[in-house]
Amino acid sequence: MDISRRDIFTVGGKLLILASVGATLKQITGAEPPSDAYRLADHWWGMIIDIDKCIGCGNCVRACSKENNVPEGFFRTWVERYQIEDQIKEVKQPRVESPNGAIDGFPPLAPIDGKSFYVPKLCNHCADSPCVQVCPVGATFVSPDGVVLVDQTYCLGCRYCVQACPYGCRYLHPETQTVDKCTLCYHRITKGLTTACCENCPTGARLLVDFKNPKDPVHEILRTNKVQVLKPYMATGAKVYYENLDGAVR
Amino acid sequence: MVVRRLFRDSAHLVRPALVLVACMALFLVVRSAIIPKAFGQYGHYRPGALDLVRQHPIAFAGQDTCVMCHDDQATVRAAGKHAHVACEACHGPLAQHADDPAAHVPKLPDVADLCRRCHEKDAAKPRNFPQVATAEHSSGMACNTCHQPHNPHL
Repeated sequence: MDISRRDIFTVGGKLLILASVGATLKQITGAEPPSDAYRLADHWWGMIIDIDKCIGCGNCVRACSKENNVPEGFFRTWVERYQIEDQIKEVKQPRVESPNGAIDGFPPLAPIDGKSFYVPKLCNHCADSPCVQVCPVGATFVSPDGVVLVDQTYCLGCRYCVQACPYGCRYLHPETQTVDKCTLCYHRITKGLTTACCENCPTGARLLVDFKNPKDPVHEILRTNKVQVLKPYMATGAKVYYENLDGAVR
Repeated sequence: MVVRRLFRDSAHLVRPALVLVACMALFLVVRSAIIPKAFGQYGHYRPGALDLVRQHPIAFAGQDTCVMCHDDQATVRAAGKHAHVACEACHGPLAQHADDPAAHVPKLPDVADLCRRCHEKDAAKPRNFPQVATAEHSSGMACNTCHQPHNPHL
């Protein structure tokens, strides 16, 4: 049988059209409707922390631990106490402490020759997260609503992401041997509640915010306050903003 | 014919080509079998993971749930300085109590420890936050001897 160039082009062309029609049909009919009222595309979560309101009580750490069954000795959120002495005579490194993640608060501090303050920390839920970039199996990802999550069924426990996180927010769960981290209480915020740490902060130092909600107070706060993210030079797109943050904080 | 001569000259390539095609087909079959259907719907991950994370049980019921029944305490608290402190910040996680109030009765928090966590004098706390050195302030008396926790102003 002779096959001419014309035949190849006719058959090939028909196959190409069939394939593209099939693919288009799958695109149109394949998407499943959402299961409930929460729409991923309507949210972009983050947090605002006001350093001038934090009293270092550790309520957030305890609440997070109870809400998420965080194993003992590991922390999804923690509080640090910075002590920066007067640097006129000599340059000193700031003294940073966080006894057991501040789960039992801090021992009282006597006045020092300088300044001291508390800094609550948690996953920054970066938009361009280094931890997501290094995951070899697609187990960690930024969700469509802006939360960095871990797929516990895919995680191999290789710890690349633990090393990649510039903020030290990840740990290997001692029982499951998979990586665990702050989920921004995803099981709560998708049901209309705030996070456990924000719910239990007695001074309102922490505030869960939704950047896609035009009525959210975040827009007013970002417009009228001096805010900063941690390690801005890492260009991680961190979405945990700090008000009144000192330059010494890393 | 050109096509026939081309085929005859490359006859020895047919079998390796068949093996290659078979391997590629096998790869595609195995790949489609082990990769979840929806993988890649939102990005390079399994969208089912979102539902997995969402299934985690809730421990803290939230302010609005507490106030539904305990509106008397909420009214007292709203008049004082603790107006913006959530119930569960002191009383602990009580979602189970909200689901079944009779089966899970919460214990009252230990006042001696509770008040100090926030109000013990500490140089690192914001200056405008009310603080006391408890040892000097109450000489060992429990805070709620004088202060009512829901509205602590004397």
